Amino acid sequence: MSYQPDFLLQAYRTMKTIRQFEERCIVEFERGNIPGFVHTSNGQEAVAVGTCMHLTDKDVIGSTHRGHGHCLAKGCDVVGMMKEIMARAGGLCKGKGGSMHIADFDKGMLGANAIVGGAPPLCNGAALSAKTLKTKDIAVSFTGDGGANQGTVLEALNLAVVLKLPHIFMFENNGYGEGTGVDYALGSEDIASRSGAFGMPAVKVDGIDFFAVYETVKEAVERARNGGGPTAIEADTVRFDGHFVGDPQLYRAKDEVKRLRETHDCLKLFRKRVIDEGWLKAKDLNAIDKEVEAQIEQAVEEALAAPFPDAIELTTDVYCSY
Amino acid sequence: MNIQAVTEKNKTGGKTSIKTYREALNDALRSEMRRDPTVVLIGEDLAGGAGGGGIDDAYGGVFGVTKGLVSEFGRERVIDTPISESAIIGAAAGAANTGLRPVAELMFFDFIGVCFDQIFNQAAKFRYMFGGKARTPMVIRATVGAGLSAGGQHSNMLHPLVVHIPGLKVVMPSNAYDAKGLLISSIRDNDPVIFLEHKTLYDTKCEVPDESYTIPLGEAAFTREGSDLTIVAISAMVPRANAVADKLAKEGIFIDVIDPRSLSPLDDEAILESIEVTGRLVVVDEANPRCGMGADIALLAAERGFDSLRAPVRTVTAPHSPVPFAPVLEQLYMPSEERIERAVRELLEV
Repeated sequence: MSYQPDFLLQAYRTMKTIRQFEERCIVEFERGNIPGFVHTSNGQEAVAVGTCMHLTDKDVIGSTHRGHGHCLAKGCDVVGMMKEIMARAGGLCKGKGGSMHIADFDKGMLGANAIVGGAPPLCNGAALSAKTLKTKDIAVSFTGDGGANQGTVLEALNLAVVLKLPHIFMFENNGYGEGTGVDYALGSEDIASRSGAFGMPAVKVDGIDFFAVYETVKEAVERARNGGGPTAIEADTVRFDGHFVGDPQLYRAKDEVKRLRETHDCLKLFRKRVIDEGWLKAKDLNAIDKEVEAQIEQAVEEALAAPFPDAIELTTDVYCSY
Repeated sequence: MNIQAVTEKNKTGGKTSIKTYREALNDALRSEMRRDPTVVLIGEDLAGGAGGGGIDDAYGGVFGVTKGLVSEFGRERVIDTPISESAIIGAAAGAANTGLRPVAELMFFDFIGVCFDQIFNQAAKFRYMFGGKARTPMVIRATVGAGLSAGGQHSNMLHPLVVHIPGLKVVMPSNAYDAKGLLISSIRDNDPVIFLEHKTLYDTKCEVPDESYTIPLGEAAFTREGSDLTIVAISAMVPRANAVADKLAKEGIFIDVIDPRSLSPLDDEAILESIEVTGRLVVVDEANPRCGMGADIALLAAERGFDSLRAPVRTVTAPHSPVPFAPVLEQLYMPSEERIERAVRELLEV
């Protein structure tokens, strides 16, 4: 298997953008520049990018409360996202959504969703649109291991099989649903086998290996586009941060995060692989690092300089007579 | 204030027929599906017969509203689903975001309990929460109300739950003519619309234009006119209020009966203008009383029509109890013509 340099550079750039964006969100949250709740996806970049690199703007994704990475991988504007998270006018949702509700329909981003298990039922709908209108577009829902236990998700899995919908259920198993371990909360052996029991192809993939994710999703995308119906993928991944920014993570073993950051970092693994294979040079990757750092710095500056929403926005975008 | 429903019936000027509420709804769905290929129906047993050994279109919806549509539009557009209400409403919402105009059927509105998140946390919020760019043009049709001894989990009037929620529109037709025009408007609306059909109205009939027509959401109808008292009646309570008005008219007591037709938006101006004349208001609603339409409309009168009022506002509702099964109790549960008449007489002291 070999990959074009441009493709690899793009993959790395997007993963690095997510990492840098998330690390910066933590800093800005601690500085008091981000209101509300923030859930970062550090460690899970390979899943978002390895999946979304197969998708066009017409294809749709639905995301989770931990959705920044999915948004960025789907092409959402970095400045628009930062403004949104900082509750500013000019944010992707006018500052009315926030970190947990970023959507950009022009990019096929159907919304981060703060209800756990929120995306699969809705993505069935997007897939139904594609099937009915015969567009060949597909939908991908992202769901965590916690969300996998929601009844809505199980209903959605069954309906997707019954209606043979072009829908890929991407389960990101990062080991924790909030503060509870997956080994405790998941009754079945794994999410893939449970999903497969609904009657669709279901596979597990190493979610910190960009290339494994990319190749696995590729097959599912082909199946969906060609009328073969849904696929479930369980990507084993890691969560470098707490459930939310500020989570003391007392439920994790003492050195767990340190160890994962050393040995299970999808960006480090990507770098090693592309350099070892001779596909890219370290200096190319380092150059991207610098560019991305500057881009995020610029986004933060722009967002901090942007005004807060005008008071009139309180009652726009909703029918309102009271 | 809008024209009287009776005169409105002639508005289209075309051929009319006597149709049931059920047939009028079927008409609306059929005409919109012919007009717009993005209109799809999704729900349980809309056709029926999928995967069985018997005939297709065996049900046509549990109350027969969608009967015959599958034979014209096929199963691609009349989509029967497993019994999974969250999956149905979620799929409708997601499809509405991405190019379809789905009409989802929630067989009984009581089943909102298993899919409420898809309605109030998802569909209702997208337009606002996503900064105005998301459109969710979907209709959720459901049957409501007591009267068939369907018991505690198939008989509720839960419209106050959805009227409470910003981002939803709530429509409750009381007759076949309104049912058709309001359903067509609801399908064409770009917000999620909850469209509630009372199960005791399906066989009621009136004159209905054969062609397509719309009735704006948020426009009440005056089903009776008078200057002595105002009754605001909802859904199946409208014919009961009309019967009371007709009876009292023979005694020289004339009542404005207002059918809001849509509860959200609510035609508050029609109600306020009426009480400005009558000074007396009775709200009749089959829902439970707390935090319901009676309370809501009484507040409207108190806050914005206080100077017009010459008597306290009265509400005639179900008691604060679940719906009982026994027909003898169920009849006591629903506001009766006698209870409506008593409330009117008490206010007028006649």
